[in-house]
Amino acid sequence: MSTLTEPRHQPAAAAAPRIAQPVNFVRTVTSEWIKFRTLRSSWLVLLAAVVGVIVIGQLIGYNTGKSFSHLAPEDAAPSGVMQGYFLGQLLIGVLGVLFVTGEYATGMIRSTATAVPRRLPVLAAKALVYGLVAVVTMVPTCIVTFLGAMAFRSHYGHGSSLGDPGNLRVVIGTGVYLALIGLLGGAIGWIVRNTAGGISTLVGLILVLPVLFEVVPGTWAKSVSKFFPSNAGSSFVSTVHAADTLTPWTGLVVLVAWVVAAIALAAVLLKRRDV
Amino acid sequence: MIEARGLTKKYGEKTAVDDVTFTIRPGIVTGFLGPNGAGKSTTMRMIVGLDAPTTGTVTVNGRPFAEHASPLHEVGVLLEARAVHTGRSAENHLLAMAATAGISRRRVQEVIELVGLQDVARKRVGAFSLGMGQRLGIAAALLGDPQTIMLDEPVNGLDPEGVRWVRHLLRGLADEGRTVFVSSHLMSEMALTADHLIVVGRGRLIRDMSVSDFIASASTESVRVRSPQATELRELLLGKGAKVSSSARNELDVVGLTTDEIGTTAAESQLTLYELSPVQASLEEAFMELTGESVEYRSHTVEESAA
Ligand SMILES: Nc1ncnc2c1ncn2[C@@H]1O[C@H](COP(=O)(O)OP(=O)(O)OP(=O)(O)O)[C@@H](O)[C@H]1O
Ligand SMILES: [Mg+2]
Repeated sequence: MSTLTEPRHQPAAAAAPRIAQPVNFVRTVTSEWIKFRTLRSSWLVLLAAVVGVIVIGQLIGYNTGKSFSHLAPEDAAPSGVMQGYFLGQLLIGVLGVLFVTGEYATGMIRSTATAVPRRLPVLAAKALVYGLVAVVTMVPTCIVTFLGAMAFRSHYGHGSSLGDPGNLRVVIGTGVYLALIGLLGGAIGWIVRNTAGGISTLVGLILVLPVLFEVVPGTWAKSVSKFFPSNAGSSFVSTVHAADTLTPWTGLVVLVAWVVAAIALAAVLLKRRDV
Repeated sequence: MIEARGLTKKYGEKTAVDDVTFTIRPGIVTGFLGPNGAGKSTTMRMIVGLDAPTTGTVTVNGRPFAEHASPLHEVGVLLEARAVHTGRSAENHLLAMAATAGISRRRVQEVIELVGLQDVARKRVGAFSLGMGQRLGIAAALLGDPQTIMLDEPVNGLDPEGVRWVRHLLRGLADEGRTVFVSSHLMSEMALTADHLIVVGRGRLIRDMSVSDFIASASTESVRVRSPQATELRELLLGKGAKVSSSARNELDVVGLTTDEIGTTAAESQLTLYELSPVQASLEEAFMELTGESVEYRSHTVEESAA
C-alpha cells in the first residue's frame, strides 16, 4: 500500500496551517462534553437527581430514626436511607436516553455522523462522558445523603458509620449503580432512537418487568426476576441479603453484563443502520 | 471530486436512486437538478455515508467519505433535513462540531461572521427562522475549510440578498479550486450559479452536461406570427417544412423556420404580417420538458382533479 499523501489543489491554503485536524477519540470526547454541558436540560435533570436523592435520604433518615423499632429489616438497615435512588435512577436513566435520542429528535445526529462518520467513537465518547458525569455527581451525592441521614438516625441513637461493614460498598455502589443505569438508558436510546420509546423501554425494563415477574406464580419467575438490572443492582446496593436474591458482587456483575450487552447491541445497530 | 459509480438506493420496494454514475469535478459549480422525490437528497446522504448504498459506490476525493482522517476538511455539507439540536446556541453547535476536528474557536467566530449570524450566535437555534437556520447550516459546512462543498437546496428560505450571497459564495469557492455540488429545483437559479448540471428524475440520471450546452440544446425556439391571412400563410409555411400550431385566431406558432424565412415567404405571396417575433422557451420550460416523464408528484389543476 502506498503511504504517499496526494497533493491538494488548494494553492491559497498550501502555506497556511490546516484549519482542521484528524478526528480522534479525545476530540470526539471533547465534542460530546461540549454537547452535554451546553444543554440546559442536562443540568436541570442532574440537579433534580442530586436534590431528590439527598432530600429523600434525609426524610428517610429522620423518619426511620424516630420509629426505628417498628421497621422492616431492609428499612432498618443502613442501606435503607439510600432508597431515594429509586427516583434517582429514573432521572439519571432518562437523561441517558435523552443525551442520545435528543440528537435523533432534532436531526443533530446527521451533523454528528458527518463529523465522525465511523460512528462508533461517538457511542463510546457519549458513554464515557455521561458515565463520568453520573459517577462524579452521584457518588458524592450518595455520600452526602448517607452522612446526613445517619446524622438524623444518630440523634435517635441508631446511627451507622461509613466504616461499618458493607456501608462503603453500598454508598459508593449506589452512585455507581445510578451511573450504570444512565449508561443502560443511553444504550437503549441508540437502539430505539426515539425519546418516548426509549424512556418507555427503560422504565419497562427497570421498573415494570421486575414487578410483573414478582406477581407471576411459581418459583421460576422469581429465579429469573433476580437477574433483571434493577433487582441485580439492588442486591449490590443493599446491606441486607434477602433470600432469592443475588449476592452483592454477583449483582454488580449481572448489572454490568446488561449494560455491556445493551451497548454491544447499540454498536452493531449504529454501524448497520442508516442514520 | 465526487465519483459515484452505479449508485443505487432502495427503501424496501421503493427505488430512490437507480444506478446513477457521475463525476463532480473541482473548480466548477455543479448543479444537481430534479423534481421532488427525484433522489437528490438521498444521493447526497449516500455521499457522506449517512445512508449506505444498496449497490454501487461513491467516493469523495478518492476514498469513501468515512475513511478520511478529517471528514470536515474533506466535505462540508448542508443537508436538506434539519441537523442541529434546537436546545443549543448556534455558537455552541459550531464549537461542538469544531471540537471533533480540533478546529479553533477563532475559526468558529470567522464562519459565524461570514454567514452574518454574529448577533444571534448565542441564541437557541430553536428560535431561528428558516433563513437563519440555513445560514447556520452553511457556516457548519464551511467550518473545516473543506475541499468539497455539498449543499442541498441552500437558498431554501433565504431572502433575495441571501440568495445572491450564496451565489457569490459558491462561485468564489469554485474559483479557489474547490468542488462545489448544489441541489435545486430551480433551473433558473442553476443557470445563474452553475457551470455544469446533473439532472435526475425518479432516481435516474437524465442529463450530465454543461449549463451552456443545456441551454442551447433544451431551448426550442419558435416564432409567433400574426396575420389577417393566417390560414393561407399556414399552408405556405407547412409547405416549407415548418411545424405550425395556432393558439389564437390569426396567430401562428412556427417552429423550424427563422423570422427571415417566414417574412420572405409572406412577402412573396403578398400576405400582410402584423407581428413576427421569435419566442425563446424559458429554461424552466426546458427543464420541465426534460423531466416531464419523470415527475413523480404532479400537481393537478382544479379541472383535472374534478374530471
Ligand atoms: N428514509 C427513507 N425511507 C423511505 N423512502 C425514502 C427515504 N428517503 C427518501 N425516500 C424516498 O425516496 C425518493 C427520493 O427522495 P429524495 O428526498 O432523495 O428526493 P429529492 O430529489 O431530494 O426531492 P426534493 O426535491 O423534494 O427534496 C422519494 O420518493 C422519497 O419518498
Ligand atoms: Mg431533497
